[in-house]
Amino acid sequence: MHEFRVQVGPASFRIGSLWKAPLDQMRALYADYPEPEYIDYSVRLEAASPLRRFIRPSVAINGDYMLPDAAPLPLDQALLAAEMGMNLQMALGWRRQLILHASAVERGGKALIMTGASGSGKSTLSALLGQKGGDDGWRFMGDEFALIDPDSGDAVPYPRLISLKNEAIAAMQASAANGRFGPLMRGTPKGDIRHLAPQKSAIDNMHKRAKPALLLFPRFGYEPAIREMGAGETFMRLTQASTNYVALGEAGFAALTRFVQQVPARAIDYQSGEEAEMLVNQLWDELA
Amino acid sequence: MNGQTDMQALYRAETADDRIVSALDSMSVIYQRRSGITHIVSDPVPQILAAMGDVPMNAAQIAEKMALHFDLGDEQEAQSIIAARLAELAELGLVERANA
Repeated sequence: MHEFRVQVGPASFRIGSLWKAPLDQMRALYADYPEPEYIDYSVRLEAASPLRRFIRPSVAINGDYMLPDAAPLPLDQALLAAEMGMNLQMALGWRRQLILHASAVERGGKALIMTGASGSGKSTLSALLGQKGGDDGWRFMGDEFALIDPDSGDAVPYPRLISLKNEAIAAMQASAANGRFGPLMRGTPKGDIRHLAPQKSAIDNMHKRAKPALLLFPRFGYEPAIREMGAGETFMRLTQASTNYVALGEAGFAALTRFVQQVPARAIDYQSGEEAEMLVNQLWDELA
Repeated sequence: MNGQTDMQALYRAETADDRIVSALDSMSVIYQRRSGITHIVSDPVPQILAAMGDVPMNAAQIAEKMALHFDLGDEQEAQSIIAARLAELAELGLVERANA
């Protein structure tokens, strides 16, 4: 079995694969990430059945934490399988921080957290903001999981590969023309997918935590609007957006109540990236 | 109103150490240490639990204690609301029936 090891934020992974090609893709995309000394989680890309190693090869995702009914993916989507496997280990196994299904960017030591359902645009927004860079720009902290430390309340970066879906692919290819993109995978269970490596500065600074200063619930496809979110509503939404709130017990409760009491929250509707950026900057100036 | 609600029933709350109550804007959240469950509740539940301490009490006794801090309005109505909440809290395991 071929092997690849990578450190993403506080978590380290070993990816084993029956096939070499997917790991070569990962090595290229993760070129700027450090190699870990110790491994938190193992993910294995294995043949769905012995025949499926060679004939219409299909990839089963195995690892420390597994979903029993996960459907295998074709070999040309093995990179997606590996990323799904890594996400699964975090979602089901991680206990060091409260995990919110959210993206995060940082500016001036403060974090903007964006959460919402799939298709809300939280991932694309974090990529768009993080891509601009510059001294007074945003630093990308993660597009899938925001990790909230129960002791300090800090957001801990988890800048994995950015998973671009459908229309977001063209948008990011335009605004990050020099970015390091993975292969375009068409017709996956989540539509078209293409991965983008975060900027090198985001990876180099992935040990730098930030104080959560603003929480947004973006929603794509509606007239621009801003709605205030109360702490109670936010609390309920975030328990649903957390994969390990229950597992963390009292530490999770303390982390989440402190978060919703301290971090102002707004829902925003938008119809384009420019609109969203304008709303984000306006709210950041007012509230963060 | 629940006609079955027993106005005289005595209830005892868990001790304050067994739970963490956090007031958010429109509601309160209660973490129950024994079960690890988070309960989302609205007023007057946190006030009822605070009034009870760890002494067995019935709805009238709780109303009397709460009236020291809040304007409860009609006494009978307040007592039946408290009795109904107590029955719900017993279902959740946040209070339990106590023997007289």
